[in-house]
Order: sequence, then C-alpha cells, then structure tokens
Amino acid sequence: MKRVMFALIAAAGLTAVSPANAAVLDQVKSKGFVQCGVTQGLPGFSNPDDKGNWTGLDVDFCRAIAAAIFDDATKVRYTPLTAKDRFTALQSGEIDVLSRITTWTLSRDSSLGLNFAGVTYYDGQGFLIRKDKKVSSALELSGASVCTQTGTTTELNVADFFRARNMKYEVVAFTTADETIKAYEAGRCDVFTSDVSQLYAMRLKLANTADHVVLPEIISKEPLGPVVRHGDDQWFDIVKWVLFAMLNAEELNVTQKNLDEQLKSPNPEIKRLLGAEGNFGEQLGLTRDWVVRIMKQVGNYGESFDRNVGAGSRLGIERGLNRLWNKGGIQYAPPVR
Amino acid sequence: MAEIVDRPLLGRIGSFFADPRVRGIAIQFALLAGVISLGWLFYANARQNLAVQNTATGFGFFWETAGFGLSQSLIPYVESASYGRAFLVGLLNTLLVSALGIIFATIIGFAVGIARLSSNVLLARLAGAYVEALRNLPVLFQILFWYLAVLGAMPSASASKPFLGAIYFTNRGVLLPQFTFEPGGATVFGALAAAILLSVTLGIRAGRRRARTGIRMPWRRYAVLLIFGLPAVAFIATGSPVSLELPELRGFNFVGGTRVTPEFLALLFALSTYTAAFIAEIVRAGFLAVPRGQTEAAVSLGLRRRATLRLVVTPQAMRLIVPPLTSQYLNLTKNSSLAAAIGYPDFFYVFAGTTLNQTGQAIEIIAVTMAVYLTISLLTAAFMNWYNRAVALKGS
Repeated sequence: MKRVMFALIAAAGLTAVSPANAAVLDQVKSKGFVQCGVTQGLPGFSNPDDKGNWTGLDVDFCRAIAAAIFDDATKVRYTPLTAKDRFTALQSGEIDVLSRITTWTLSRDSSLGLNFAGVTYYDGQGFLIRKDKKVSSALELSGASVCTQTGTTTELNVADFFRARNMKYEVVAFTTADETIKAYEAGRCDVFTSDVSQLYAMRLKLANTADHVVLPEIISKEPLGPVVRHGDDQWFDIVKWVLFAMLNAEELNVTQKNLDEQLKSPNPEIKRLLGAEGNFGEQLGLTRDWVVRIMKQVGNYGESFDRNVGAGSRLGIERGLNRLWNKGGIQYAPPVR
Repeated sequence: MAEIVDRPLLGRIGSFFADPRVRGIAIQFALLAGVISLGWLFYANARQNLAVQNTATGFGFFWETAGFGLSQSLIPYVESASYGRAFLVGLLNTLLVSALGIIFATIIGFAVGIARLSSNVLLARLAGAYVEALRNLPVLFQILFWYLAVLGAMPSASASKPFLGAIYFTNRGVLLPQFTFEPGGATVFGALAAAILLSVTLGIRAGRRRARTGIRMPWRRYAVLLIFGLPAVAFIATGSPVSLELPELRGFNFVGGTRVTPEFLALLFALSTYTAAFIAEIVRAGFLAVPRGQTEAAVSLGLRRRATLRLVVTPQAMRLIVPPLTSQYLNLTKNSSLAAAIGYPDFFYVFAGTTLNQTGQAIEIIAVTMAVYLTISLLTAAFMNWYNRAVALKGS
C-alpha cells in the first residue's frame, strides 16, 4: 500500500512539465559540453577513426561552437544518427545542434520545428555508376535500378528526376548509407545516388575506387548546414555566427598560422572580428575573444574545408561553389559589426 | 439485543473504511485517477513542447503528396500519390509477407517437427540440428544472411540464362511470365471458376452418396477433366484471348513479366525458416503429449500406422498445438518489421520510417503504427481462437 502510494507520487513528480524554454546556452554551460548530432561515419564530414576520435567538416563546426563557449574544442559529445532519426533527436532535445549534412528545405524549416543556421556546404545530387556500364549521362538511365538512402531529400529528388523525364526506374531504399553502398557494390542496383560530396566519400569505401565514376549531371540543390530547434533565438544566433565568424576569418585572411600577427593588425575589420574592438562576443552571450578561441582550436572555413574534404584530404573535392563570394563562389557572411 | 451505539462521526467514517470491500474500491479508484492524471500530464507536456517549437501536428499529412517511390506495391502507386496511399501500400506488403510467411512456416514447421519424431535416426538428427541452429541465431542476422546469400548466388541481369525458357533468376529478382488478357479473357476465368465449383459440388455429393449407400463414384477423375477441359473449350471458342507475356532483357533491366524482388524472397525465406524452427518444437511437444495408450488402442483395433496418425493422434495433438501456434504467428508478423534492414517496403519502413522522416510528426505516426500492428495481431489471435474453439472437444 505504502509502496504503491510512493510510486505514484514519484511518477507524478517525474512527469512534472519541464520548462521547455530553458535556454540552450545555459544548459550547455551547466552540462559542460555540446551534444552534437553527426552521421554514423562519412569520410570528410563526420567519421570516427579506429580510436574513436571524430574528424570532418561537420565535426569541426561542432568543435568551433565548443571552442567559442568553453575555449576547449574537445568539450563535444557526438551522437551518431541515421537519416531517419536525426530530426526526432533534435526535436526532443537529445542533441543541441545537428551537424549532419542536412539539406535546408522549407518543410524542415517550418513544419518540423527547426531552424537552419546557415550553409556549411553547397552541394547537389548526383549519380555514381560503374565505368563498365558505359553510361556517360544521367539521361541514359531509363529502366535502371537506383540505390538510395531512405528518409532523405535524395529519395524525393530521384523520383522527381525520373518522373519529369518520363523515364522508368526502380528505387531500392535502405536505412543506412553503409547498407546502400553494399547493395550497390553487390550489383543489386545499377546506380547509387546521393549528394555529390557523399558520392566521393562513399566511393572511398568501395573495393575498387577507380571502377566507379560520378556522372556529370547535378539534379538538385542541396545546401547542407547545421540545424537547431525552434524556440531559442540566442542559441540560434550563436550557431549562425560561429559559421559566419569562420567565413569572415577566411575572407580577412586570418588563419591558424598567422593568428598571432593578425591580433596586432591595425585593420579595423580584423580588430572587430578578433575582439580587440567592440563587445560583439558578449552581445551573443559569449566572450570577447570568441573568434580567437575558434581560430586557435579549429581554424577558418577554408582551412577546415581543405583539411577535411578539399585538396589536403583523401576526397580531393574542388571548392567550386563553396569558394568565397569574392573568389567566384557563393559563401558569403554578414559583417561582424 | 445490542443496538448500534450512537458513535461520533469520525468513528462511523472509520468503520466505513474498515470494510475491506470499500477499501478495495477506494484504492482502485485512486489508482485509476493516478493513471489518468499521468496520461494527461504526458499529453499536456507533449502538446506544450510541440507548440513552443511550432512543429506541425494533426493527421492532415495523410493527404499530402508523398514524393518518394516504392520498389514493390500490390496496388498501383506513383510518386505523386498521397502519404495515405503509401500507408496502404506498406500495409499490404506487410500483410502479404506475413500471410505467406505463416503458410510456409506452418508447412515447414510441421514437416520438421514430425521428422524429429521419426524413427529414422538420420532424419531425426537433421531435424534436430535445423531446430537448434535456427532458434539460436538472431532473426535480423538470418534475414541479412538470406539477402546476401540470395543476392550473392544469383547472376546479374545480363548474365542469367532462362530456366524452362521463361523464368529468369537474377540478383534483381525472379522474373516470371505473366498472363495478359484481351477482352474475352474473362470467359476463360469464368469457365475455370465454374469448373471448380462443379468439382466441389460433385465431391460433396459423391461423399454423401457413399456415406448413405456405400457406392463409390470416381469423382476425382471427372473433376480433373472439368477443371482442365472447360477452360480449354472456352479458350478455343473465344479465340485464345489469354497469352503469356515473357520477360526479356532490354538495357538495364527486364521488361514484361512479373518480378519478385530479392528483398521479398529473402524476408519470406528468413521469416518462414526461423518461425518454422519454433513451430517444429511446438508440434513435437503436441504429438509427444498424446498418451501412448491412444496409439496402442488404435493399433489393437487394427488401424495401420498412417490411419492411426490421421484419425487418432493428430486430432488430439492439434488441440495442444494451436494455442502456442498463435504466438508464433504473431511473432512472425511483428518480425516482418525488420524488413527495413534489407529495403523491403513493409508498413513499418514506409510509414514509421520514410513518412516519419519526411513529415517529422513522430508522435502521430508512431501512435498509428502501434495501433495498426495491434489490430493485425488482435485479428490474427481472434481468428486462431475461433479455430481453436471450433476443433475443441465438444463439451470440454
């Protein structure tokens, strides 16, 4: 009898409506780390090595957030998520930020209750096919079997592409990227479709990388960026401006190597960026030297890109659209002032 | 005579609650109130959080365009169909693989179970090995094994040679010829249906006649003649409107014919063989539980082994087998939700997987998924219980 009453009271206490409006920044500070949602292993974007250390473009972004808040880029915990459960994890509060090659779309921005904090990688969808199929264009793919990952914009785009051109196709969709690539390798389907950056990354996982070629057609726009929940504007601003800080740093030619010299630079833009002038960091809820922290531990956007997916990495992807706006690309950050 | 003394109010309330019945009802009432308030707290919490995040709620998404393709569906489905249609496709796929799985699992299970009871040592040991191996390996592992084994074993589309001239086994699926109909094809099917009906009536009448008078009629011969003859006559008379469409390789894939996907086959084989291992043990237990005296009595009446089994042992064993069989059927239905691992578009994968991810409405979708699986399971259990009652000993 007593046990029943005690259990009832305890249960009632546990379900007390928790304040859903608790500021994420305060929660993160009291926790002592940033909970970051990533992929289950995609070279170049978020990939654990055999010791369990995560590296990649998306991982660097989470480390930059941690650096800005804690001055310690290692204060991040990573949650590997499939494409299916990534949004539920973010909506429920299990993770603080989703940095998982997620495409910015209208329905995700609105009805899923999420906010996209910018674009870390402008991508597009393409096709990967075996060289010996002798296909040189995606328009010759009528009747093909296409392997894709379920619950992604990829699935929808491939349906649109074939439907619009009245081409027959068979879609075979799997839950994880690894299963999809295995099925493609086994010959279950002729073509593997995904964002082009993922095609290059997954191609590295195949037995004979040179036997496969990426077709030239890009069939969709895939702006990939970090995501946070609705309801917390301060956290949204912080995540947004960490990305913009990294872009501005590259624009102003502030790198990890020349940081010490740039700290003494007379250029007013650099002074504002690095906190020598103004209190912009504090306006966000961080410290004045928030960008210096990011630069010391992670570097600017160009360095991160180079190191993870660009010329300095195994993927070797061209900057292309991801160059800065004044260098021929479309990466553009608002000014820090 | 002792009268009830006029006690103070507190005393009377105390003695009211001293009654165990009253106490019982009060506690149950309090418990019910606690459960309801708990449920309401969960609901209010979820609703408030969803409102803060501005996430979409409600079931309106059923009428939105799905936008994704499905590799297999029993009803016509295009990408521009609604989520509701995708829901139906997934549901039908689950029901298809569950129904076929149950049939095959029962057949294989009974065969293996009886084999294990056989006096042939090799057969019994082989059946035992089958049961032990398949019961102890995880079902997801078995599904993946069949998928990779089925896929790995089949040649690619361009390299496969036709079996019997028309059936192709490839790693894209098994291609079978398909019937195509011109107007007039309905007559042939009508003739077939009529022939089947006539044969069944003939069989029943012949059985009754034999029970009444002892005269046997070789009705089976006439039935076979009818079933093959009537449609053939209709076929010729209406100018052969039914033809066979053979699959042929064009470009990447085959066109024409029907295709059974390797995902479906792998899931079917895996589920059937896995559940059959459990059914085999249930069957063996059922047969072992029939008292030996029954067999001895049947033999002493002069019945041969086959007749003993058919008329005496099996009916009694079935009464012990059917209740646990229901559990295995429900397990098979629920295990079919593992189809997501190999890309077979079953209900869980299409609805609680793709649809959930595209619309983001986790709570509504999971609730509906639970309701659907619960309904399927309850219907299966209800049917099995009806069957159980129908074959029970009258008056027991």
